[in-house]
Amino acid sequence: MADKRMTEDEAIATLSDGMTIGIGGWGSRRKPMSLVRALLRSPLTDLTIVSYGGPDVGLLCAAGKVKRLVYGFVSLDSIALEPHFRLARQNGTIPEVVEYDEGMLQWGLYAAALRLPFLPTRAGLGSDVVKNSPFLRTVTSPYADGEELLAVPALNLDAAFVHLNRSDERGNAQFLGPDLYFDDLFLNAAAPGRRFMSVEKVVPTSELLENGTFHTMKINRSMVDGVIEAPNGAHFTNCQPDYERDEAFQKEYANAAKDPESWSAFVDTYLSGSEADYQKAVAAR
Amino acid sequence: MSDITLGEICVVAVADTFRGDGEIFASGMGTIPMLGARLARATFEPDLLVSDGEAFFVSNNLAVGSTDKQVEGWVPFRSVFDTLWGGRRHVVMGASQIDAYGNQNIANIGPWEQPKSQLLGVRGAPGNTINHTTSYFIGNQTSRVFVDKVDTVSGIGYDRAAQLGEWVRTHHEIRRVVTNLGVFDFNTPDHRMRLASVHPGVNVSDIVDACSFELVIADDVPTTRTPTDDELAMLREVLDPKSFRDRELPA
Repeated sequence: MADKRMTEDEAIATLSDGMTIGIGGWGSRRKPMSLVRALLRSPLTDLTIVSYGGPDVGLLCAAGKVKRLVYGFVSLDSIALEPHFRLARQNGTIPEVVEYDEGMLQWGLYAAALRLPFLPTRAGLGSDVVKNSPFLRTVTSPYADGEELLAVPALNLDAAFVHLNRSDERGNAQFLGPDLYFDDLFLNAAAPGRRFMSVEKVVPTSELLENGTFHTMKINRSMVDGVIEAPNGAHFTNCQPDYERDEAFQKEYANAAKDPESWSAFVDTYLSGSEADYQKAVAAR
Repeated sequence: MSDITLGEICVVAVADTFRGDGEIFASGMGTIPMLGARLARATFEPDLLVSDGEAFFVSNNLAVGSTDKQVEGWVPFRSVFDTLWGGRRHVVMGASQIDAYGNQNIANIGPWEQPKSQLLGVRGAPGNTINHTTSYFIGNQTSRVFVDKVDTVSGIGYDRAAQLGEWVRTHHEIRRVVTNLGVFDFNTPDHRMRLASVHPGVNVSDIVDACSFELVIADDVPTTRTPTDDELAMLREVLDPKSFRDRELPA
């Protein structure tokens, strides 16, 4: 029986330049931030990032890691617009941008999870999504209706990062907050071998049902290759019910976008060392 | 009751967009749309489902900012998407720009390739507008918001929907646009935007000045209705005792 526990850096070491990485969570909610921070520490570059974006996208854009960005939105929730993502878009520093409807993003992940080339939908038709992503194609219903639908191509991921509340050492996991978001789809859309899940706490399998009902156990071990125990690993996004978003820190992060000096000071203070250094700097504020 | 505020006029105008919707998800993005949905459910449209803005349907008259909710259902984002693709929803979204046929932009200002101002991205607007009834609330109507042509079509308007298939033409509906100045609909032969009513104290010329395209305007434009006493009491005492309703509007 495999013990899949590892560190963030061990997970990142399995990746290569140019890979497509899907990041779970939603906006500034339950993001696998310790894995994102490990990615920032690595020399990896030219990445494709797929996300319902929050500070994961902002940080990776600010660090120049992103060659292609696939998103339905990027927001910090309590701060509606993500300032680092905005700067990257306004300065034209993301070479390829794929802006989808939120449901199209789900469909692309689901198609990959089901090993289908595409899934049809009406969402996106008539909007500028199809103009701005000219690789998109339509498909005609083979039935009597003959309707023309958008064929959302599978978003096949080379790797997936998600952050959950609890798991055992083999990767059976549970979410204890109000929403799983699309974390199961991110894991299922990724290539076996690089499906990484950080959790607040690793517990014995027998304890999982003491934390929440079986309804919370949507992630099973066949969906996960690496388990990273990362207390406060979603900081500064929320991880309910373990903790709420650190709004003061998020404000500091957002304000640091105002000029390059502020940003390099923020990076020096928080992002220049290990995850332990980060957590220490956060606690020392 | 007197001293009715602009925020209260707007909440009631948004609530009226849900009239007749029955047992569907009334979804409001932002304080005034959310209050509009809750007020409609609390008064004349009791079968509506309204959410706490997170992941739950609530059966009580939940105040803005309060967590004292009576849960009647669980709607994580996956279920919201299922509900909207199934058409059992009417959303009131915001708009950074909107045109004469109801094309809406929340994505960016300037060229999409390298925007002058990057906003949210299209979010759920393409899927919302093609799947179910959509209305808009705009708290700062100006000629830079009511534009000839939006920079990025996020939510699709009537001219775009008309070019798609029969199914879309049947199900697409932009019901109303509520702003700080008036209420607009698309009840015209070619679905061009029409001025449906002006808020009390606003002149038709104010609205024309705050619009870059040609509105359909009748000879006699009615005034937006004011809240009933019951509606005001529900709004002021129950749904929004801390008066969040006036904070997202110009004074």
